[in-house]
Amino acid sequence: MRGVVGVLALQGDFREHKEALRRLGVEAKEVRKPEHLEGLKALIVPGGESTTIGKLAREYGIEDEVRKRVEEGSLALFGTCAGAIWLAREILGYPEQPRLGVLDVAVERNAFGRQVESFEEDLFIRGFSEPFHGVFIRAPLFRRLGEGVEVLAELSGFPVLVRQGKVLASSFHPELTQDLRVHRYFLELAGA
Amino acid sequence: MEGGMEKGTFQIKTGFAEMFKGGVIMDVTTPEQAVIAEEAGAVAVMALERVPADIRAQGGVARMSDPKIIKEIMAAVSIPVMAKVRIGHFVEAMILEAIGVDFIDESEVLTPADEEHHIDKWKFKVPFVCGARNLGEALRRIAEGAAMIRTKGEAGTGNVVEAVRHARTMWKEIRYVQSLREDELMAYAKEIGAPYELVKWVHEHGRLPVVNFAAGGIATPADAALMMHLGMDGVFVGSGIFKSGDPKKRARAIVRAVTHYNDPEVLAEVSEDLGEPMVGINLDQLKEEERLAKRGW
Repeated sequence: MRGVVGVLALQGDFREHKEALRRLGVEAKEVRKPEHLEGLKALIVPGGESTTIGKLAREYGIEDEVRKRVEEGSLALFGTCAGAIWLAREILGYPEQPRLGVLDVAVERNAFGRQVESFEEDLFIRGFSEPFHGVFIRAPLFRRLGEGVEVLAELSGFPVLVRQGKVLASSFHPELTQDLRVHRYFLELAGA
Repeated sequence: MEGGMEKGTFQIKTGFAEMFKGGVIMDVTTPEQAVIAEEAGAVAVMALERVPADIRAQGGVARMSDPKIIKEIMAAVSIPVMAKVRIGHFVEAMILEAIGVDFIDESEVLTPADEEHHIDKWKFKVPFVCGARNLGEALRRIAEGAAMIRTKGEAGTGNVVEAVRHARTMWKEIRYVQSLREDELMAYAKEIGAPYELVKWVHEHGRLPVVNFAAGGIATPADAALMMHLGMDGVFVGSGIFKSGDPKKRARAIVRAVTHYNDPEVLAEVSEDLGEPMVGINLDQLKEEERLAKRGW
């Protein structure tokens, strides 16, 4: 399991994702340039600031390279919070913000408001027998979902964990908890 | 959508700080500067009336900024907005929380309002960042509820030497705590004036329990990358950007330098042709009472 899973390390909480993967027995590779994607089967895009991640990914050619690999089916993706925003086809209110656009959703940034409105809440995730503790920080919501997008968890009727083929996206931060179930689910999805 | 939602927990505060890692937080005084910072890739902006270099030059009592200016900056950008309050001035903090700033910096750059006590930061939903020169100071602030720590450095000087000193001191003391036997931790906690439980946590984990940024004197992409090499999680740039010749270019360069701090080719590329840096101040030209890092207890 060495060298097949990467974590985009341009900015954000990529170390927490690496740590979650390490606890699952996977030594993840930090991705800062397009050539670091070589040989990867799966890539996690961490939480952070979506505008920063988007700009840096575009400038250094990572955005195009990731898109190519996802479209040809060789790379599975998991984005959390800012990472999920980067994956989306549309970012409501910010049409110019750099994004990958491989997940057929329209995403609303800071959908719950500013930091003082950030919260924790238990969630029911499809296929999990026990609730999952969701940490929502200036969290986005998935507003308009394309036909191929499956909802795996909702909060008050709004999708917060979605999947389309080998692309997974959450508005919350599983990497900030000790619960490894979402990461394990992603590795199974990726066949990594 | 209220229900069982828990807001303002310590995990929500420290988790938010985790999202800044590997990023640059920039001081801005106008909405236009905030937009430049966001365009350059800043992870957050610090909204204030005067940058530290001007506070230093103009003297007088430095206070919380006018909420109107902060609100204009909040309206201009989509990234998080921080703002500063005086050490111990919890009413300034209540005001900033009420207008919805995302993070409060209880800062030695402003004139202290209390020469004995810092703010009880547990009372607030909004997270706080505080300056520290060493482990004892950092753990006292965390015990008061700070969700993020930064080195004090020496703000408004454009001289990185104090930030380097504080970063090295912090790590040296963390390594020392790790080397101690468990039955020696209480005496060390007493020596550095830090709560025993937090000293024990550092002993077990080998790091601070919250994110730790560099601040105070960072003026170039190389300065920023140096602080990342010294184990900092990210950087604050105060006067260094908007007191320089070409703020747009310098802001962009410092953001790239933090992401690619370990890639000398990228560092060389972004360091090129940046125009005039801010004029620096040598620390031996500062009188003792002009040193801001001494503020805080």
